[in-house]
Amino acid sequence: MRKTHKEPFIRISKRGEILPPWKAWGIRGIALVGSLVLCAIIIYSIVELNPLKVYGAMFNGAFGTNKRGWVTIRDTMMLLCIGIGLAPAFKMRFWNIGAEGQILMGGIASAACMVYLDSALPNLALLPLMFILSALAGGIWGFIPAWFKAKWNTNETLFTLMMNYIAIQVTSYFVALWENPPGSNSVGVINPQTKAGWFPEIFGEMYTLNVIIVLALAVAMFVYLNYSKQGYEIAVVGESENTARYAAMSVPKVIMRTMLVSGAVCGIAGFLAVSGASHTISISTAGGRGFTAIIVAWLAKFNPFVMILISALLVFLDRGAIEIASQYNLNDYVSSMLTGIILFFILGSEFFINYQVKFRSNKEVQA
Amino acid sequence: MTELISLFQAGIVFGTVILYGATGEILTEKSGNLNLGVPGIMYLGGIMGLMGVFFYEMNNPDPSPILCVLIAMSCAFLASMLGGLIYSLLTITLRANQNVTGLTLTIFAGGFANFFGGSLMKLAGGVGQINVATTSAAFRATLPFVPNLPALPRMLLGFGFMAYLAVVVAFVVSWVINRTSVGLNLRAVGENPATADAAGINVTKYKYLATCLGAGISGLGGLYYVMDYTKGTWDSAGGIESLGWLAVALVIFSTWRPKRGIWGAYLFGLLSWLYFYIPGLTRRSMELFKMLPYLVTVIVLVAASLRRRREDQPPAALGLPYFREER
Repeated sequence: MRKTHKEPFIRISKRGEILPPWKAWGIRGIALVGSLVLCAIIIYSIVELNPLKVYGAMFNGAFGTNKRGWVTIRDTMMLLCIGIGLAPAFKMRFWNIGAEGQILMGGIASAACMVYLDSALPNLALLPLMFILSALAGGIWGFIPAWFKAKWNTNETLFTLMMNYIAIQVTSYFVALWENPPGSNSVGVINPQTKAGWFPEIFGEMYTLNVIIVLALAVAMFVYLNYSKQGYEIAVVGESENTARYAAMSVPKVIMRTMLVSGAVCGIAGFLAVSGASHTISISTAGGRGFTAIIVAWLAKFNPFVMILISALLVFLDRGAIEIASQYNLNDYVSSMLTGIILFFILGSEFFINYQVKFRSNKEVQA
Repeated sequence: MTELISLFQAGIVFGTVILYGATGEILTEKSGNLNLGVPGIMYLGGIMGLMGVFFYEMNNPDPSPILCVLIAMSCAFLASMLGGLIYSLLTITLRANQNVTGLTLTIFAGGFANFFGGSLMKLAGGVGQINVATTSAAFRATLPFVPNLPALPRMLLGFGFMAYLAVVVAFVVSWVINRTSVGLNLRAVGENPATADAAGINVTKYKYLATCLGAGISGLGGLYYVMDYTKGTWDSAGGIESLGWLAVALVIFSTWRPKRGIWGAYLFGLLSWLYFYIPGLTRRSMELFKMLPYLVTVIVLVAASLRRRREDQPPAALGLPYFREER
């Protein structure tokens, strides 16, 4: 019997050339639409609401009133800020999944300033001090795993992960220390009368300063990553440590410095969360956003401006889902579920941008 | 003495949850897949097991305990495998980044589980919280003579069957990985997929199977948490998630050996509860004590990287995608 070799039905190969941006974004767009359709089906099967109305209600939840719009903007800025912080670490292929902890440490530093200094300093001096201290606290928290990685090549993924939980316990400690009223096991709003350490209203809006700080950080990070010597070093270490060593870069130094920057920006996110949003601290101050932001940074290929789009999309979904959940008296975890589905689709779509799939065709069999 | 016994009991309950998670994850990581979706998979196992028996108990006024257990375990195992399948599809076939995919799985499954855990009763038209009393009792049942035994053997035999199953599963996984040709092939895939491929091993098949089966085992940890620790109700305080991350940590602690994972799991369980039994702690210092398991993991992590023993290293291709045409 003659054995015939058949061409496989599906063949996968790397694309010869990089797709033009419009095609790449087209593929991502298709994935996004696909995921939104699936989300609509799921919401429909739970609450039996017309899918178009679902997205109407979600839009209403995210932008329905001036206040809701600003909350959406505030949350987008928060997520963006963490994404910006993670970008240099991930570009260096340093798996910093410890943003949660770095945010919390920054938040603790801010809250400590608010609790202990209260009105001892004018707000104009207090806010910059809080900014610096939270950046420092977050930076140190990021530096610890980086130091071990640089010295002994300790696995950073798990180290940073464990640092999250240590930070959560440190936060619980301070929550118990500062609890107000006693026995409530929560800190409550800090300085409700004096508003010391609160972001001031600018142009009549509470969250203007959040936007200014984060957008400034976004531009600065873009310039740092793309146009500075240190940014170039980060890129080289990320692509190949051996190349970096050959080019006489000190890899340990780059790792430690980058994680200091990364942790510091995440610490600033903690400052934004405490001082610019909730005016309190709890173990849910980071609220899982340290993990979501990893995906934001990764999908945006570390470009801060693309991150704005992705964070806005995720926050829109989050706010919208919370609105639907409260209308139907369901709990708002539904938003994480929908976020997950959308991220699965976008993650999967990257494959079709980088690879092409060829089916077996009957025409070219002659050989 | 009674305090010590209750500490051990609490420690072993948490340890069992962690052990399931870690055993599954070791199997997965041996194939070179670093699945950070373990907490999510444990969530899936917990909620789907709970939902399966919830509907069974709701529609049957007189549920049979054996059937309850079977339904819960198969629902949990299959749902967790499905979680592993999503992860495999994205990382193996579509070559998405493993860490990012794993975290996404945790976000998705955490949302899914807590959403249905909190809303299922309302969606099913009832009031209050889910409660599957019969099933939970079946999961917590001990041998009939155990309550009459003296303290020490009662402590050792006083758990539901899943606590012992976890140890058996760990031994079986250890045996498969180290003593069978399938295990040898699996380790080859995790160490160097290109070489394994050249030797005629179907890398994709091994990765898929190890990841899905590993996920199924991990998911049982979530089921055990729900049926034993929270007694057949849903707790949305995120207990499963933090134990899930401890399971990921235990994989490192055990240096990818399921047998070493057994005592490691109980140690982690004990450390998680230690704060409760140390006299004279204020609420504040308790919070600091709760850090212990994480601190210990960090120390072990650093110590392992300092010693650099070859047999303690992770699978060489851990976390790296494999694509035949890319070399």
